Amino acid sequence: MNKEPGPDRILGWKEMPTGAVITQAGNATRYQTGDWRSLRPEWSQEKCIQCLLCWVFCPDGAIIVKDGKIAEFDFEHCKGCGICAQECPPKVKAIKMVPEEEVTEVK
Amino acid sequence: MAVQAVTQQKLALTGNEAVAMAMKQINPDVVAAYPITPQTDIVQYFSTFVADGKVKTEFVTVESEHSAMSACVGSCAAGARTMTATSSQGLALMWEMLYIAAGFRLPIVMPVVNRALSAPINIHCDHSDSMGARDSGWIQLYSENAQEAYDNTIQAVRIAEHADVRLPVMVCQDGFVISHSLMNLEVLPDEAVASFVGEFAPRYPLLDAEHPVTYGALALQDSYFEARRQIADAMSRAPAVILEVGKEYGRLSGREYGFFEAHRLEDAEVAVVAIGSAAGSAKAVADSLRGQGIKAGVLKVRVFRPWPWREIGDALGSARVVGVMDRADGLSNLGGPLFGDIRSALYDRTRRPLVVDYIYGLGGRDVSLEDIEGVFRDLLRIKDEGRVTEPVTYLGVRE
Ligand code: SF4
Ligand code: SF4
Repeated sequence: MNKEPGPDRILGWKEMPTGAVITQAGNATRYQTGDWRSLRPEWSQEKCIQCLLCWVFCPDGAIIVKDGKIAEFDFEHCKGCGICAQECPPKVKAIKMVPEEEVTEVK
Repeated sequence: MAVQAVTQQKLALTGNEAVAMAMKQINPDVVAAYPITPQTDIVQYFSTFVADGKVKTEFVTVESEHSAMSACVGSCAAGARTMTATSSQGLALMWEMLYIAAGFRLPIVMPVVNRALSAPINIHCDHSDSMGARDSGWIQLYSENAQEAYDNTIQAVRIAEHADVRLPVMVCQDGFVISHSLMNLEVLPDEAVASFVGEFAPRYPLLDAEHPVTYGALALQDSYFEARRQIADAMSRAPAVILEVGKEYGRLSGREYGFFEAHRLEDAEVAVVAIGSAAGSAKAVADSLRGQGIKAGVLKVRVFRPWPWREIGDALGSARVVGVMDRADGLSNLGGPLFGDIRSALYDRTRRPLVVDYIYGLGGRDVSLEDIEGVFRDLLRIKDEGRVTEPVTYLGVRE
């Protein structure tokens, strides 16, 4: 029952800390801000030159780097702002923003 | 440990001096305030105590009341016992932050010296300022005289900070009528107040680096409602705490406090409900009418938020006619805020009195004993007629 509060268990008023204070540091990682995304970044591994500019600029830390290279996008937190696509060098254009409803793959 | 009664000092003080004295004895960690008539004295006297080293308070001078309450919110969230004081337009300017203080569940204590709101501009007493803030989540205590303003200020600290409550408290007194009138009162020794209020035990203090917290996070459709429901729960726990603190204060000072004062209400046929200084006049009028064989009584409201509706219903339920005196107009075509709450408190009773409203004293308009006697006579007429034809009367206004 007393699961950590998170996306699958939000608190009732009797258990919520008074003042709606958040008592757990960093628990925003469990809050799926990707829910409100309307555009999804589609990343082409072939085109990508691994300059990591998108990773630097993503305001949500939604671009995952492994061994110094872009590995994947965290679609639970990517809010679809398009900054990564904007920052990707114009000659590369490895990221394209596509409307969510056109994406067949369900996250 | 039983609280021991103590020897008190008899002093002649104005309402503002009495409240400043209480603040000195409470010795809060932080006071952030801005001067506004008729509250100015409180902050001015208090700043003298700060300058003279009589208190250990960090006194924050700010550029407006919005900033004053913002600074109080920050300081109380940081973990400091925090106070301020204001009136009228100052309270109006704090509006946004009032809700945040209550929403963050910060036990800030704020003396409010009641004054009319503009326009037209006016510096004298009515209750429009604090009445407008009645739904902000602040507890509201009203005082009839300097003694009560002093006593309420001290009790407010304990009520606000109680673990079951954790809500801010306004301690209201009538501008000029109380704030600037010299009255005799009894003042507790400094140590007695210090031990009565005790140490502040903050909850989720921002300065506790071992337990970092976030105040003011976004709470949308999925959480806002729960946070607000929790404030309502705190308000529903406040009455028991107010009574407990009032009793303990009574043992200490000999002056016990409840939700209201019922003056000759047991067998009253006609009853007047009033808040603040006018209640004193109403009691005097009721006494003189009793001498003429008229069964008159008075209910003086001390606690307006939370609203002690059950107890008020019990106290007024056997009267035939109740006259509510509102020193604020709701401008709703149905009288003032006290009227609505009194009628609502009586509604579910099987036998309920007729209730009418008198808007009086706006902008400091004097209310005389004759005016109040006129109200009682009006109530007697309504009792004889057995029905209400005009629910709201404007008392003492020129046509
Ligand atoms: S769209 Fe915005 S949030 Fe999503 S990966 Fe790109 S920069 Fe990050
Ligand atoms: S900015 Fe473009 S090229 Fe650079 S790492 Fe990101 S996707 Fe690859």
